[in-house]
Amino acid sequence: MALLEVKELTKSFGPTKVLKGITFSLQKGEVLAIIGSSGSGKTTLLRCLNFLETADGGQILVAGQPVFDAADPALLSPKNIRKNRMTFGLVFQNFQLFPQYTVLENLTLAAKLSAKMNDPDFKTNKKKIYADIDNRALALLERIGLAEKMDNHPCQLSGGQQQRVAIARALMLTPDILCFDEPTSALDPELTKEVLKVIRDLKSSGNTMVVVTHEMDFARDVADQVIFMAGGIIEEAGTPQEIFQNPKSALLKSFLSHE
Amino acid sequence: MNLLLNADNTGWETFTSVTAKLAGGFGTTLLLFFLTLLFAIPIGLLFACISRMRFKPLRYLMRAFIYVIRGTPLLLQLMIVVYLPGIAFDAPLTKWDIFHQNVPLAYFCGALFAFVVNYACYFAEIFRGGIENIPKGQYEACEVLGMTRTQTFFRVILLQVIRNIVAPMSNEVVTLVKDTALARTVSVVEIFFTASEILRLQFIIWPLFYTGAFYLLFSALVTLLFGLLEKKLSRYWK
Repeated sequence: MALLEVKELTKSFGPTKVLKGITFSLQKGEVLAIIGSSGSGKTTLLRCLNFLETADGGQILVAGQPVFDAADPALLSPKNIRKNRMTFGLVFQNFQLFPQYTVLENLTLAAKLSAKMNDPDFKTNKKKIYADIDNRALALLERIGLAEKMDNHPCQLSGGQQQRVAIARALMLTPDILCFDEPTSALDPELTKEVLKVIRDLKSSGNTMVVVTHEMDFARDVADQVIFMAGGIIEEAGTPQEIFQNPKSALLKSFLSHE
Repeated sequence: MNLLLNADNTGWETFTSVTAKLAGGFGTTLLLFFLTLLFAIPIGLLFACISRMRFKPLRYLMRAFIYVIRGTPLLLQLMIVVYLPGIAFDAPLTKWDIFHQNVPLAYFCGALFAFVVNYACYFAEIFRGGIENIPKGQYEACEVLGMTRTQTFFRVILLQVIRNIVAPMSNEVVTLVKDTALARTVSVVEIFFTASEILRLQFIIWPLFYTGAFYLLFSALVTLLFGLLEKKLSRYWK
């Protein structure tokens, strides 16, 4: 069974239809790259997956369970949204680290707050719970090669390092599906490389990911599936080979020729 | 020249007695200063919240009020608060029972009211700017990390707002130090009033200029405090 299924997702802003029925599915451990020109709806799609926007119609299923259904208001209660959104993680184009906290605190803040709210043993076991969270954060920082920066503040890091920290922060909450919204658009080519390396590494350890990207080489190398969006619909979908070597639609051909 | 340098008026004894009198007046100045801050900061926060409300009538009413207060002189507002009740409604502040005919206290409270309202409006605009300058992405980052709105505000947003408003607040507060002198026009016996009384009764003019030293010293202190706060907050982020 597919880990992620999106069915007929629609979204309008006022009179503008941004998503006109998006359907796709993704197996566990797969990487989906979403490409397309600006205004094609790819970022909106990602934001709908992460509940930053509420789609007007359609369904989102994770491991067969609906996490979003425009026709089922019970799923849209704030409590359910808060629970279901944890299925997804999101890495932003502009990192959005918290400037007043150290790298380590950026990773642990949400996890600690969540433990405080939800863990029944919190009162009796606070020290151990916090220590566990710190250790998990440290392990993640080791993995992205930034353990020595744990006490630095975000402004003391390069853009690439900040984005790696942002990825680690999203991983702290162990999402089933990690989403990236043009993660390298704010970075120069050198820094882009180090971020893409982290994403590759995540793929090799089995993370399921959805990446909105302008890096065609990256989409070609890493993605298992590529979706080309244009005007709010999936214009063409397929394996990287099909999309890049053998594009069928005229729009995709023209898009690729500009790259 | 005679008034400035007359031997009778420049002795050490005169200096210490004038200093003591001015210090007494400065006590009132400080009281007005601190009470204004104490009330104007929370009220300003309330005003800022109202002027950001989704409910439009209240929002625009608040913004209009802030516009009027910021668009008219504090001096005028002081006079309206202190004298208008007596002139227009035959209900002068001094006749209000709560003051038990205590004239100085009545005038002080009137002046305090005008200062609080005036400064609350300025603070409200500073707070609103500070809140609206936080990138939307910071809220969204909290949201996707599963934080509640309360957690988001107190753990992530608030400190960034404070960081945003330290510099403009420092400006406003230093202005307040000097604005307190306006209370003299409605008979509040603060330092400037005291100095003019010395001139009127003892014909000594230099205390008027001497008041400047008190203001300078105090603004230096305020500036220093805000500087320290700003330094502490900006140690880690730009």
